[in-house]
Amino acid sequence: MQTDRARHALKINPLLVESILCRFICNEIHRTGFRRGVVGLSGGIDSSTVTFLAAKALGAENVLAVTMPYKTSSPATMRDSRLVIEGLGVRTIDAPITPQIDAYFAQFLDASRMRRANKCARERMTILYDHSAAFEGLVLGTSNKSELLLGYGTLFGDMASAINPVGDLYKTQLYDLACHLGLPPSILEKQPTGDLWEGQTDEDELGFRYADVDQLLVLMVDHRYSAAQLVREGFDAEMVSRVAERVRRNHYKRRMPIIAKLSHRTMDRDFRYARDWGT
Amino acid sequence: MAQATDPTLVSPVTQPVAAPAVMPTASALRVALVQMAPVLGNCKANLELHLNAIDAARARGADLIVFPELSLTGYFLRDMVPDVALARDAEPIRRMAEAAADAALVVGFVEESSRHRFYNAAFFADEGRVRHVHRKVYLPTYGLFDEKRYFAAGERICAFDTARFGRVGILVCEDFWHLSAITVMQAEEVDVLVCISNSPARGVSGEHVRTAETYDRLTKTVAEMLGAWVVFVHRVGFEDGLCFWGGSCLVAPDASVVAQAPYFDEALVVASFDPAELRRQRILTPLARDERLLLTIEELQRIKRRRYAD
Repeated sequence: MQTDRARHALKINPLLVESILCRFICNEIHRTGFRRGVVGLSGGIDSSTVTFLAAKALGAENVLAVTMPYKTSSPATMRDSRLVIEGLGVRTIDAPITPQIDAYFAQFLDASRMRRANKCARERMTILYDHSAAFEGLVLGTSNKSELLLGYGTLFGDMASAINPVGDLYKTQLYDLACHLGLPPSILEKQPTGDLWEGQTDEDELGFRYADVDQLLVLMVDHRYSAAQLVREGFDAEMVSRVAERVRRNHYKRRMPIIAKLSHRTMDRDFRYARDWGT
Repeated sequence: MAQATDPTLVSPVTQPVAAPAVMPTASALRVALVQMAPVLGNCKANLELHLNAIDAARARGADLIVFPELSLTGYFLRDMVPDVALARDAEPIRRMAEAAADAALVVGFVEESSRHRFYNAAFFADEGRVRHVHRKVYLPTYGLFDEKRYFAAGERICAFDTARFGRVGILVCEDFWHLSAITVMQAEEVDVLVCISNSPARGVSGEHVRTAETYDRLTKTVAEMLGAWVVFVHRVGFEDGLCFWGGSCLVAPDASVVAQAPYFDEALVVASFDPAELRRQRILTPLARDERLLLTIEELQRIKRRRYAD
């Protein structure tokens, strides 16, 4: 699936994007009184790109890249993380999660693959927030727009962060940015994977390629094409409805928990302030 | 109408100044474009930023010092609007007007009327006194914008005479996107049109942010069509992830960009504008002379009857 309109809609000027995102990282961190950032680095395209941006924005000495492999993590994960860390000269901590994850699941031997994957993601989140306090830096999110829309992430796990520089970039746009930033070829060329279990790839699990679904999403979400218009544009009707339903079903992950309203002013409903209130 | 019960609406918003018999043709005037990043919701800190910028602009010989939309408060105020609102004769406004001394001043602020309505407004002060207040008429309430929830809409679009700059009009951001506001300013025969703005960046496929490219087209088109100077002052910085892209500029009546601030970074740009340029441009392209104001009014009356007929 390649439509001219979708390709055009996904086009970014990586130099302009880099310029905005580096300023975003500096501004949103400095205004809270911090100078530093913490990234969970897997060696994948998303976390590597965020680490590159953070190093440019804050200076390598102000970035802590935390690697948190599990025993099933692929060797490429650690190899590519090393390339990023050594290439940029950022600070690093290696915090493998195998002992605590295995100790926990020793009590729940029948836990599904999904439970184990989510547990790993949440374990990593607690480590990042612990080092956020120790390093006095804010946690930088790495969830891209494709993942956020499709709900392809763990709530309170990899979706948790203080600020997210790449959350408004589709995966294919992130590749364009990563190429421009000069990420190592081994990171640019490997299959996207959450490394949730051995041999896992995002595209197998999602059931479609990012290159295709991003074209559909950008027209559906950003340009507000109706389902009928998308089909006329050449997208498969079944894929259109499957993706639309997935976006709807996962909306809860993009919102704060629902609060039962009792008073006149309830958080986020009629108690409305910018997060950057007073800064 | 409920709006008419607000005495600040029925009283003149402009302190009249006698128009000079002939447009000033004296030496060039200097305008300072203050491209700054206010602290969100902290008027005290922002007042200091303004006073410092006024001093810096005056030191560089500025005759007119222009700040962005809501420069005294920041943009995404939401429930903070009543907390940061000021009456137009409030002490911080007096202090800024006095600090500017003989320079004129345009500052964006939240105005609270005597009826406790809150406006996204801009004041023009000259020789230490507030001469005019423009209340934003077109409050964007779509996409990322939510202004109508928090602000009352202004009810007037009018220009005013000044001693040095000729006839001046002020528009705030979205006002500038509406042909009706531009048409009124043309009918008002403005010499200088000031547009102050807070425009979040959207669209990153081109050389510049798409919203910046739109403003670039608008400022040039409006300057040329009105045969007037356009002073566009925009802010920089971030609020909740929204990037304000800067790019403030001074555009001559022939649509040439005389001065432009950088994109994204704070800047104090001081540029000269020569009132004599108005004469030259109006000889070359006398669009304002050839406007058919009465015809326009009659056509609008006809359209009013058609669209608002019982």
